[in-house]
Amino acid sequence: MMEAAAQEKIISVINEKFEGEILEAGMIKDFFNINLKSEKIVDIIRHLYNHPDTKFQFLTTLCGIHYPDQKQIAVMYQLHNMVTNQRLRLKIFLPEENPSVKTLTTVFAGANWMERETYDFFGVNFEGHPNLKRILNVEDMIIFPLRKEYPLEDQTREDKNDLMFGR
Amino acid sequence: MSEVDQIVPTEVQEEKQYSYLNLGPTHPATHGIFQNVLKMDGEVIVDSTPTIGYIHRAFEKLAERRPYNQITPITDRLNYCSSPINNMGWHMTVEKLLGVEIPKRVQYLRVIIMELARISDHIVCNAVIGVDTGALTGFVYLFQQRELIYEIYEEICGARLTTNIGRIGGFERDFSPKAWEKINKFLTDFPVVLKEFESLLNRNRIFMDRTIGAGGITPEMALQYSFTGVNLRAAGVDYDVRVASPYSSYEDFNFIIPVGKNGDVYDRFMVRQEEMWQSVSIIKQAIKNLPEGPFHAEVPEFYLPPKQEVYNNMEALIYHFKIVMGETEIPKGEVYHCVEGGNGELGFYLISDGGRTPYRLHFRRPCFIFYQAYPEMIKGSMLSDAILTMSSMNVIAGELDA
Repeated sequence: MMEAAAQEKIISVINEKFEGEILEAGMIKDFFNINLKSEKIVDIIRHLYNHPDTKFQFLTTLCGIHYPDQKQIAVMYQLHNMVTNQRLRLKIFLPEENPSVKTLTTVFAGANWMERETYDFFGVNFEGHPNLKRILNVEDMIIFPLRKEYPLEDQTREDKNDLMFGR
Repeated sequence: MSEVDQIVPTEVQEEKQYSYLNLGPTHPATHGIFQNVLKMDGEVIVDSTPTIGYIHRAFEKLAERRPYNQITPITDRLNYCSSPINNMGWHMTVEKLLGVEIPKRVQYLRVIIMELARISDHIVCNAVIGVDTGALTGFVYLFQQRELIYEIYEEICGARLTTNIGRIGGFERDFSPKAWEKINKFLTDFPVVLKEFESLLNRNRIFMDRTIGAGGITPEMALQYSFTGVNLRAAGVDYDVRVASPYSSYEDFNFIIPVGKNGDVYDRFMVRQEEMWQSVSIIKQAIKNLPEGPFHAEVPEFYLPPKQEVYNNMEALIYHFKIVMGETEIPKGEVYHCVEGGNGELGFYLISDGGRTPYRLHFRRPCFIFYQAYPEMIKGSMLSDAILTMSSMNVIAGELDA
């Protein structure tokens, strides 16, 4: 649980250099969450990394979320300051068509495969990524499977030959 | 000028010839399905390109169609060397979303199970480090003890490898007297064998020469690559989820977080070795201070009622039907919960939109994140050290590929 003073400190650190980038900030359950505009996200994370008051120097995880109703794909970054044991979640929202954001590999080397995974499943283009190609799925796949428009196979379908696979 | 005059003789260059070696996808020394294309200069590795995803099973997509209690078996198959930790992590994530208060006894029982799972995970890893350095004896000794742990699982939940242990809200049944008997037997037998194993390897000159300085990583690099768990602690960073953000009453226990210094194979081995001793101590503390009480929380809307009541009691029948069909009321929300898994911080990022299934479930799989540093770690080392580095990092294919 993060105290109100710590939350305000993070917000003021961001506003110090990046005024007007915060869309929304608040606690969700026990986690401090900030929604940001997508253009300067990497600069903001670098600022939070270097600033002596925040020092979020560990990237816990990074993933995509698809919101088909808003026609948006969100990218969630989860940062951790291991010294003060504070955790922070940053979210940006990208358009569903050609989502694109700068790569975080310039700040965290570990973001490399996490971004590849997000590209693989959501088709988010991370500009400047050293090796942005599919990681878990086959390379000639043409869809981005975790998007909501690709449902799992209907288990009641009957048009399949079930001699081989027993369904 | 004729055409012939224009031809400039190319300078003869001594080009270095590298050989390429496909290590994997199925190689007996890699313990799982990993492919690495190694660029080799003699026996020294110049560069390597890992390919992963050979056993990708789309867990995150599958989870979007399954009701919450049906996701537990999926988590089994992440790090299958310590399935109970994954199961408990998932239960705790859902309980956090639901806001369910868990009885103290359940939390202690969970600690016992999770620590047993940690021991079995570390047994696999450390015994295999021994095998990869050519010491098969220790492997045989320790795997007998792993068998005892599996028998304990079997006594508690009926399964051995993919356990699906516990339920959302607690356990499906209390530990039987037979299970306690087996746990106590394990606690008396295991330290003797572990001691014997340590006497075989810990100060063994051949083993030390082989492992010290192999596959090392600096703490700065480890943090850059988001290492967690033993690999991070071996590099000298004392981060353990059990202490940093305690879950399931870990704050009640007294234990030490061992840290290494060089982050090499030997340090990782030694950190795991010490963690096993600490786990034994935690289990003993849990048994000693085990509170009395129910073995599950009183949440009839999420916890399956006993079968006897389903036949005789109207409410129980309704709840049973709703839970089995996945029609329970799940609040909207967004939670992240992490546990200290066998090889690092295992996180569950769950978004619920109030429907019967998660809207989005993301697993933070420690293997997937630290395996990307593997090419960096083996650069310039020998091929045999590369094998050793991989087995000492405890990379589990199931978790890597989700």
